[in-house]
Amino acid sequence: MAGDLLHNPPGIDRPEPVLAPDQTYATIDAKISSIVLQRPLHAGWMAATAFAFALVCMLMLAITYLLLRGIGIWGVDIPVAWGFAIANFVWWIGIGHAGTLISAILLLLNQKWRTSINRFAEAMTLFAVACAGLFPLMHLGRPWDFMWLIPYPNSMWLWPQWRSPLVWDFFAVSTYLTVSLLFWYQGLIPDAAALRDHATKPIPHTFFGILSLGWRGSAHHWKYFETSYWLLAALATPLVVSVHSIVSMDFAVAVVPGWHSTIFPPYFVAGAIFSGFAMVLTLAIPLRKFYGLEDFVTLQHLENMGKVILVTSLIVAYGYFEETLMSWYSSDKFDWSMMVDRAFGHYSFAYWLLIFCNVVVPQTLWWRKARTSIAWLFALSLIVQLGMWTERVVIVVQSLHRDFMPSAWHDYYPTVWDWITLIGTLGLFSFLFLLFIRSLPMISIHEVQKLSHERDEEGAGKREEGRETAPARAGS
Amino acid sequence: MEHAQRATSLPRLYGLLAEFDSPERLLEAARQARQAGYRRMDAYTPFPIEGLAEVVGFRFNLLPWLVLAGGIAGACGGYFMQWFSAAVNYPINVGGRPLNSWPSFVPITFELGVLCASLTALIGMATLCGLPRPYHPVFNSPIFSLETKGKFFLCVEATDPQFEIRQTWQFLVRYGAVGVFEVEHWKR
Repeated sequence: MAGDLLHNPPGIDRPEPVLAPDQTYATIDAKISSIVLQRPLHAGWMAATAFAFALVCMLMLAITYLLLRGIGIWGVDIPVAWGFAIANFVWWIGIGHAGTLISAILLLLNQKWRTSINRFAEAMTLFAVACAGLFPLMHLGRPWDFMWLIPYPNSMWLWPQWRSPLVWDFFAVSTYLTVSLLFWYQGLIPDAAALRDHATKPIPHTFFGILSLGWRGSAHHWKYFETSYWLLAALATPLVVSVHSIVSMDFAVAVVPGWHSTIFPPYFVAGAIFSGFAMVLTLAIPLRKFYGLEDFVTLQHLENMGKVILVTSLIVAYGYFEETLMSWYSSDKFDWSMMVDRAFGHYSFAYWLLIFCNVVVPQTLWWRKARTSIAWLFALSLIVQLGMWTERVVIVVQSLHRDFMPSAWHDYYPTVWDWITLIGTLGLFSFLFLLFIRSLPMISIHEVQKLSHERDEEGAGKREEGRETAPARAGS
Repeated sequence: MEHAQRATSLPRLYGLLAEFDSPERLLEAARQARQAGYRRMDAYTPFPIEGLAEVVGFRFNLLPWLVLAGGIAGACGGYFMQWFSAAVNYPINVGGRPLNSWPSFVPITFELGVLCASLTALIGMATLCGLPRPYHPVFNSPIFSLETKGKFFLCVEATDPQFEIRQTWQFLVRYGAVGVFEVEHWKR
């Protein structure tokens, strides 16, 4: 049949379902809520959490020593005054972008595959932004004065400098954190109600009862819920683009060669989505395996994320190309010598490493075999994160280390405290995430149930074509 | 004292809770109930069902307007704060640039607009839903906790002028309820 051929052309694989066909409302609910409520503390989870907590303690130690001694314990100096701290900040905040992208933009675009990954991607956003926020605070040198960034009636009668991108940055990041938290919490309300109804022990019952605000799933509630959810998505969409654009202006507004470029905002946003999706893959692949969530996070999800990574990799590659082209085309000798130094100078290994990780390796995703190979996607996600982190370090460090005056030239070497702080935030991120998967539903129950309803409706629509559904009458 | 008086003067019955197997049956029953003249009712579902709210009496959605107002207030307030501090309260001449340098005020204006609109969205949603509200009579029904397991409920409230326990009961069963339960105001 022609119609059949149109829907099922030979030689083209049909997409995998985004939800396993045998899942019903009750099984969805039981599976997701049982991860939080019934399962006893798993030895693997305990070990991972203990390890992550050890790293958190290490971070505490590093911060304490930093507060005692000042940022001289890091490798930063003039001219490389920004070093690892700012590179880590930009990297973490970039990772935080995928959560809102998945939850907001894909919601507005009506992409069904977002449904089972949005909750933990949003949690990932919150924790990544929390890790990111630590770095500029620590880098202030006097972190206890950070509130001077906030416009409040202080005893010095001073206001923040509104024309500075660093102040914009403060507003952008704190707004982003707040809005992500609101969005995440709102989606959590009906699920907290579900867990409240399941909980048999008093402590979880009270905890989820408070969290759910007394949600009872009334039709009026859902109407307001959906309105608010869509509005938040519509508000978060321009916000997510604005955050990394503003972060990039911290650089682009300065006169430093290698920073002063108009490509920076879109190039930073693409890089953010690129690294963020890589992080979602890094988290999703072990989660679906260890918690048996293959029915919810299917191969289709992983493949779609692979496609997003490929596209953003191409945008990032275009950014690298454009940057190089413009520094040659501008005939600005400072800019061009920076570019030559980037490719062949002291830090050239980092530059070629980032090109390899961010441009060359993701090209494998053109092949479906690579996009559907779970092991390769996991390895690739780690490679991409390494590449994006290296990119941030190159932008921050390499651009600064050759100043306009050769007498000021100075190479930057991270100290052991730089590394401890970076690894410590990785530990903090993992620790928060592990607590999250054990205490809150990591997949949105009501959204997956709705997805299953829509799927049933589609199926029923196909079966019942041309037949009128009789009104259901039972029990009379 | 007042509370005790109210407690004794209120009727025992809050309403009848009818359980359905599928959202389609619930929607159909709610439509029939509306046609039959029932007005005070609400439906309880584990996920949003399109068109259900209107059938059980949802009329005007104020929320988008609140969010719009919140966003405008946030953006205007944000711009005002920057203009007032940079041009009036603490003017600093930076390289002869205008004091009211509006292009550099745009990012913070935008951020504060989004922030206030988002806060209005969540707080407005909770307020319009009447949340937080830890107690509600439907929670007294032991069957209600099955909601998230994929059961769909229609509650016809006893305050409805048409409500008559036997007739309403039969009505609900006729339109596909797999079970009908009394909901009481207080847990016994």
